[in-house]
Amino acid sequence: MHTQSARDLPPDSLALALGWFSVALGAAELAAPRYMSRLIGAPSDARTLSLIRTMGARELGNGIAILSKPASAAPLWARVAGDATDLAFLGSAFSSEYVDQRRLLAATAAVVGVTVLDVVSAQRLGASANSTASSAPARVVKAVTINKPIEQVYAFWHQLENLPRFMRYVESVERLADGRSRWQAQGPGGMTVQWEAETLAERENELIAWRSLPGSRVHTSGTVRFQPAPGARGTEVHVEMDFRPPVGALGRTVAWLSGRDPSSQLNEDLRRLKQLLETGEIAVSEGEGLWRPGRPTGDPDRVRTLAGVQS
Amino acid sequence: MKANCWMGTRHVEVTEVPDPTILNPRDAIIRITNTAICGSDLHLYNGWIPTMKKGDVLGHEFMGEVVETGKSVTNLQKGDRVVVPFPIACGHCLQCEREMYSLCENTNPNAWMAEKMWGYSPCGIFGYSHMLGGYPGGQAEYARVPFADIGPIKIPEELSDEQVLFLSDIFPTGYMAADMCGIQPGDVVAVFGCGPVGQMAIKSAYLLGAERVIAIDRFDYRMRIARDRAGAETLNYEEVDVPEVLREMTGGRGPDHCIDAVGLEGHAPGVHGAYDRVKTSMMLETDRPPALRQAIMACRSGGTVSVAGVYGGVIDKFPIGAIVNRSLTIRSGQCHVQRYMRPLLQRIQNGEIDPSFIITHRLPLDQASEGFEMFKNKEDECLKVVLKT
Repeated sequence: MHTQSARDLPPDSLALALGWFSVALGAAELAAPRYMSRLIGAPSDARTLSLIRTMGARELGNGIAILSKPASAAPLWARVAGDATDLAFLGSAFSSEYVDQRRLLAATAAVVGVTVLDVVSAQRLGASANSTASSAPARVVKAVTINKPIEQVYAFWHQLENLPRFMRYVESVERLADGRSRWQAQGPGGMTVQWEAETLAERENELIAWRSLPGSRVHTSGTVRFQPAPGARGTEVHVEMDFRPPVGALGRTVAWLSGRDPSSQLNEDLRRLKQLLETGEIAVSEGEGLWRPGRPTGDPDRVRTLAGVQS
Repeated sequence: MKANCWMGTRHVEVTEVPDPTILNPRDAIIRITNTAICGSDLHLYNGWIPTMKKGDVLGHEFMGEVVETGKSVTNLQKGDRVVVPFPIACGHCLQCEREMYSLCENTNPNAWMAEKMWGYSPCGIFGYSHMLGGYPGGQAEYARVPFADIGPIKIPEELSDEQVLFLSDIFPTGYMAADMCGIQPGDVVAVFGCGPVGQMAIKSAYLLGAERVIAIDRFDYRMRIARDRAGAETLNYEEVDVPEVLREMTGGRGPDHCIDAVGLEGHAPGVHGAYDRVKTSMMLETDRPPALRQAIMACRSGGTVSVAGVYGGVIDKFPIGAIVNRSLTIRSGQCHVQRYMRPLLQRIQNGEIDPSFIITHRLPLDQASEGFEMFKNKEDECLKVVLKT
């Protein structure tokens, strides 16, 4: 998959420096928490040491994130959030009687200085990224192999009313005249989005191409190609989609935060298509995701609804 | 119903949870009669496997009676006595068609999590983290069994529950470990670890024609069982230099095959053991692999290292040079239980093996927590705990 993003921009040297700083600080906090606690004038009790280790792990992760995406503002904003936590910790430490006030003050001043650098760097990157990426549609490319004959896979997709059975957030597709269709989907935050689309091309057992009609709230176009997988391994389904979220960059952020970015969503939908065609059902567990425990809920309909499975 | 839930590191609790219900047409509900604590449950218990959530029902070695079936399940009837394999497999994807059931492409609803860890996702597993599906497990009074038309196997009346319970996991797991070695007449097999899977691997290596099996552990009672009940010769790795003694015992050749039945919480005496403890505590490796390293170094050139123990993440100082320069074959995998259940049931029926010899403790489900502690600490010569409901 490839999404167009700020990743292509030249790396920012300030961001790189902050990244390496994070790595070094994180490693020091992880490896020598006792020394670090003395350095900042905090007590060396078990709670403080484990807190410093936790901060070290976060710092290390942050550094790695910045260094692996030096042109992206997000990890730098994560650093800013980290700075805020550190400052809160230092602030609360002032009230403890076991601290070295002078060292604590110096440490606080250092963190404030770094926070300023983080904000500047993040804003700089954010500004350059926004100018190039926010209005461009995201392109997602995904593929899945389904252990079924090409005729069956094509026929299933061609029957557009089938799509809501595996597309997690598509509620209904209604076929209209002249190759047009009306779509209804659940948008981020539970809102319902409707749009109309038209089929641009369809070649039996080969491809279907579509785009949303001008004036729709959702701008999307795409192609799905079907081809036999080598050695009787079934059918390869290749999907290419250009996608512009209904409410621009904000929508994209909401989508990203709720784990519903187009790329992973398409991946999940293709996985569900495969499950449906190969097994006749979509795999459901009571603890799908990480937000509810793997134990029976006593409400099967709710579990199915949460998993987006039509019973 | 009552279920044994993971509540945090080294904390399990039997609590009241709702009864499971049919969610999909190919589901069945099983009333559980016998359910075991697996060595791999200890990895969850000790907090080594990520994506566990407070309240998850544990357990993946269970059997019981069918009480309800979904509308697409035609091979099972109410009242059937069945053993349930721990990997959940659909039976129709390419991997299932090739009998690689634990690689089923369709049964992990959280496949994306496993893909982040491992590149691609294996199958879903009962009670074994959200990364592997978030399915409630079988240390409970009831369980929902997805794809029940593929997994559970009916048990003939003449066999007792305890004789067949381990068809769910450790017997096929130990058997596959030996099977992956491709044992030839005259072969010597070294089995690292005399836990339940190690014991099954020893027995299986003999079933598959091994000349000698040498088993390695540090607990006297486990080595005694390996000698007396499984027929192995044993070495205590805290007392002898294992690779050196193996070399001597095999006339300088080295064992033809080495089976790692230890997994990610391995121990080693001295500097070697301390090294992995330091690395894992600093999060510079996730698993402790001293047994695997030793298995590789000890194996004869051109031999097989078969890894049955569970590993989850990344390890350090992996002797790839020994593998490349000495043409070693590394084989591994979560067991494709569905592939082995019927032939192994047949072997039990023929009287070739009775896997129940490893059971040391039988407890009511209510005492699951005591069972975990006892198994973890090897108290009271604990080798295998079976919970009864």
